[in-house]
Amino acid sequence: MELLIALLGGTLRISTPILLAALGETIIERAGILNLGIEGTLLLSAFSGFVVAQLSGSLWLGLGAAVLTGVLLGLLMGFLSVTLKLNQHVAGLGITLLASGLALYAFRLLYGGSSTPPALEGSFTQFQPLHGTPLGPLFRQYGLTYLALLLVPLTGWLLTRTAFGLRLRAVGENPEAADIAGVNVAAVRYRALALGGALMGLAGAFLSLAQLGAFAHGMVSGRGWVAIALVIFGHWQPSKVLGGALLFGFLQALQLRLQAEGVNLPYEALLALPYLVTILILALTGRNTAYPKALLKPYYREGA
Amino acid sequence: MTQAAPLIRLEGVTKRFGPLLANDAVSLSFYEGEVLALLGENGAGKSTLSKILFGMVKIDEGQMFVSGQPVRFRSPADAIAHGVGFVSQHFSLVPTFTVAENVVLGREGSAVLTRGKLERRVGNLSERFGLGLEPGQLVGELSVGEQQRVEILKALCGRCRLLILDEPTAVLTPQDTARFFGVLRTLQEQGVSVVIITHKLGEVMAISQRVAVLRLGRLVGERVTHETSEAELAHLMVGRDTAQVTRPARSAPATAPTKVTPLLRVADLHYSDRGRTRIGGVSFDLHAGEVVGIAGVAGNGQSELVAVLTGMLKPDAGVVALSGEQVADFTPNTFLARGVGRIPEDRFRGIVGELSVAENLLLEQLSSFTRAGHLDRRALKRKAETMITAYGIKARPNDRARTLSGGNVQKIILARALARDPKVVIAAQPTRGLDVGATAYVQGKLLEQAARGAGVLLVSDDLDEILRLSDRILVMFRGGLSGSFSAGEADADTLGLRMAGRAEPEEAHVPA
Amino acid sequence: MFRLERAPAPLWQRALVPVLAVLVTFILVSLVILGTGVDPLAVFREVLFEPLTSRSDRLEVLVQATPLLLTGVAVAVAFRGGYYNIGAEGQLYTGALAAALVGPRLGGVPAALSVAVMLAAGFFGGALWALTPALLKIRLKVDEVVTTLLLNSVMLFLISALLNGPWRDPVSGWPRSPAIAASAQFPGIIPRSRVHLGLLVALLAVALLGWVLRRTRFGLELRAVGLGADAARFMGVRVRRVVLISALVSGGVAGLAGVGEVAGVHTYLIGELSPGYGYTGIIVATFGGLSAPGILISGLFLALIDTGTLSASRTLGVPVYLGDVLEATLLLVTLAFLLLNRYRLRWAVKRPVG
Repeated sequence: MELLIALLGGTLRISTPILLAALGETIIERAGILNLGIEGTLLLSAFSGFVVAQLSGSLWLGLGAAVLTGVLLGLLMGFLSVTLKLNQHVAGLGITLLASGLALYAFRLLYGGSSTPPALEGSFTQFQPLHGTPLGPLFRQYGLTYLALLLVPLTGWLLTRTAFGLRLRAVGENPEAADIAGVNVAAVRYRALALGGALMGLAGAFLSLAQLGAFAHGMVSGRGWVAIALVIFGHWQPSKVLGGALLFGFLQALQLRLQAEGVNLPYEALLALPYLVTILILALTGRNTAYPKALLKPYYREGA
Repeated sequence: MTQAAPLIRLEGVTKRFGPLLANDAVSLSFYEGEVLALLGENGAGKSTLSKILFGMVKIDEGQMFVSGQPVRFRSPADAIAHGVGFVSQHFSLVPTFTVAENVVLGREGSAVLTRGKLERRVGNLSERFGLGLEPGQLVGELSVGEQQRVEILKALCGRCRLLILDEPTAVLTPQDTARFFGVLRTLQEQGVSVVIITHKLGEVMAISQRVAVLRLGRLVGERVTHETSEAELAHLMVGRDTAQVTRPARSAPATAPTKVTPLLRVADLHYSDRGRTRIGGVSFDLHAGEVVGIAGVAGNGQSELVAVLTGMLKPDAGVVALSGEQVADFTPNTFLARGVGRIPEDRFRGIVGELSVAENLLLEQLSSFTRAGHLDRRALKRKAETMITAYGIKARPNDRARTLSGGNVQKIILARALARDPKVVIAAQPTRGLDVGATAYVQGKLLEQAARGAGVLLVSDDLDEILRLSDRILVMFRGGLSGSFSAGEADADTLGLRMAGRAEPEEAHVPA
Repeated sequence: MFRLERAPAPLWQRALVPVLAVLVTFILVSLVILGTGVDPLAVFREVLFEPLTSRSDRLEVLVQATPLLLTGVAVAVAFRGGYYNIGAEGQLYTGALAAALVGPRLGGVPAALSVAVMLAAGFFGGALWALTPALLKIRLKVDEVVTTLLLNSVMLFLISALLNGPWRDPVSGWPRSPAIAASAQFPGIIPRSRVHLGLLVALLAVALLGWVLRRTRFGLELRAVGLGADAARFMGVRVRRVVLISALVSGGVAGLAGVGEVAGVHTYLIGELSPGYGYTGIIVATFGGLSAPGILISGLFLALIDTGTLSASRTLGVPVYLGDVLEATLLLVTLAFLLLNRYRLRWAVKRPVG
């Protein structure tokens, strides 16, 4: 029992950045944009959060910098894919390459080639609401974890119960209809990218300011791609995305636990599982996959 | 005419698309509570004018006034703000949204949406105009007629005072059409100004108070409906005594030559898409030297029939036989190899715009230019040049196909389809959107094929074209054949009834 | 003044695009460099010209170019057919894996045969890794970008599992595969350099790409599918077959890049075999306009940047990741400038209005 609770606590911790990133990507994809810039956005915002926190001594400023980084990269993706209407695959990948390059470049510049990652004086601490009770380890979490969980219903509410969400979904399903209804398609897509980017920024901040308290080259290591997979796995619905993120977090927590227990097992198998499951789901649902209909399609107004 | 000041007034409105003059100094007024019909042939500039009114196309020259004030619409949002609504031929609905969500999109009224409140609001509006829509239903599950009413509701919800309807009856069944006319009357009673874009004279006479006729981008006449006649409007619209291509008078074989194997036999063909029957048991024969026309209102299965007969779609059941030999593998290659020349419904889907004219002309017969995988580019170019000359295509072999005009694109497709003297020609909407000269050229070529001994299947929404070219006319309605006539046996009225699924004339009158 | 007309760009203007793209890229990246307090001009001189001044650096550019040319060709073959294979990285590693599995078993086999077997194994491996996404695409219309991208990570995990499991050197603890047989190693083709047989393979691949695209029926069909799959199908092109072949060839060629790194550079498989050659291949292909001559130039150019930033990092202390920043910026700027090809730049005399 104790073991299980510890495992679930780990699950929540590990799920947090992936959940935040996947929620951001969900918002963006519902507006009709596939943002493959996610992997680089995570790394650069983790980095900018770390640097600002270290230079200013304020974790909150760091958090703000990370969010700002995510927003700016989202807007860059908007410029490339909405304004210039470039191929979203290549533009997104370009952003990932650029953002990763910039993060590593600046990191090396500021901290030299030292192999030991510099740590923050103090990173975000965990809340311990039920300290001392058996459930304590489960609830001993970072504030960002609670925020991420809160953002799941909030994102769902935003998408389905607000005017902004209605417009956003319309732009992702049938931009021409939205345009004719007087919705500014480009503006909605930019906003979705900025908002989604902000969530990715939070994810990055979680990695460097909370979980690790430091910055390291491989700290994102494919979490962005997992998030892309989770969005499909979760059928573009925040609650199902949460399920996927928890599943992934659980597998990884389990793997860490087994490794700690000395069980000899190729942990990579568990890490690869979410990718394989996503591909399997895509294969099973095939052409019935409920993609937002306008995903990947730039919007051209006829005759304009 | 109406004494009141016009709701909207256009003065000297001109719009060019490259070299094409779509609207040429058009001045026109729109009044409250009036149904104005905007009449004209394909390409006369009706659509452009309506898009100008709705802010989707910017004016090059001229001025627009709303209630006397000069305005400049930069987007549909501007138009909506000034009380203009637009229902396009292609519905712009989000199928995964409910009726209410579609209607309030863009004018939600508050940042947070309350589903119940929205649905009540939309339901009330639907009731007031007698539209009979269920606000909570998903739009993707509605019929075409219902979807059109959602479009109208959308426009009304924007408090529109001028409602533009682009070819509103083109996709409607007779029942839906009758209902639609009823809705129009309610709108008028509520003081909405309505503009109907159409090329159907009967409709104009039945429901409009005033008619504006466009030809080649110019406004050539304005009439009060009850002071004019169909004949006068037709003359204004066409504006010429056209030298039209007509099938050579010949004695149609009184009895079908039953012993001869038909070039194309279609027997009990079936196809359905996601539970909806698109082709439901179509059978006919096409013989050598014959033009068989398939008439029908768009969306009654003609597109699917063409797709099957060009190898783009595999039918669920039924037989297609070419010269007595049954088709087993429904791919374009099968039909190509068996001597079928194909003209697709949408000509821009029949070419790859970024490839050269020569490549587009000869992609279907690359094997004749290939040895061991190697392509003889020089021979390809030579052959393309002869085809370009033979069909009078205004282009060079290395030009990109997308830079060509619609007429020249159609000539590429025609040249390709007819290049190897096909036994059967499937021609779908071969002259849609073409100018008079190109139309005559294409029609002449099709008749030439029949004279040569090929069988031509002509599928067209243009009833005139069907009547003038066909030896035999079949009518398609809801996926089946609702009539079969020999040339001379049928006139437009008879066909029109069959197209509406009616056989008895009195059932199909247009409600006045 | 200049005016833009919506018409296909003439050839001279198309040729200008890469030049402009490079120029703008360097201006943008100058800002990044300025922020570090180094003179950008000095950096660019170091990056672009320094490697060309010494023989060993010039030849090192060729070593760097070998995998880039191959992944560039791999990406171009797929992109030309409208199949967005983002999986060259994983396919490269699959090819490397195949080489690492076959290589050690080729002791005593004649060198020519060994090398041929290595190449075949790598090609087959890469193609095999590309097979699933391709089948999902043509059978079920599953978006290939997501599947190929995810399979990159899966292959990296698989290799990591092998390196940390059965392949971990029991004595030194190094995570690397057993060395391949001497006969399976690619021979050097230029004395006193690391340039190996892989370069010839890469050049051959580039030449073949050019020939196929311009002179063969398959090339024309591939372009037709990429530019308008529906219309191509209407004209009798067997679209699924064309997409499948191009996807498999793409994977296979990426696999060859992996073989080259194993057999020509390291002689064994390591986790850091590729610093993202598969992704850089996308830049090579895009900047090269998906054409053979373009890929040759852009492959060499990007290899020059890689080699140059390495030397700049030694002499000027600029972080070596400057190369990544340069290349990614170049990709985005090139994409944006390609839009210009839809317009014709015209010199027009401004007329008085009215």
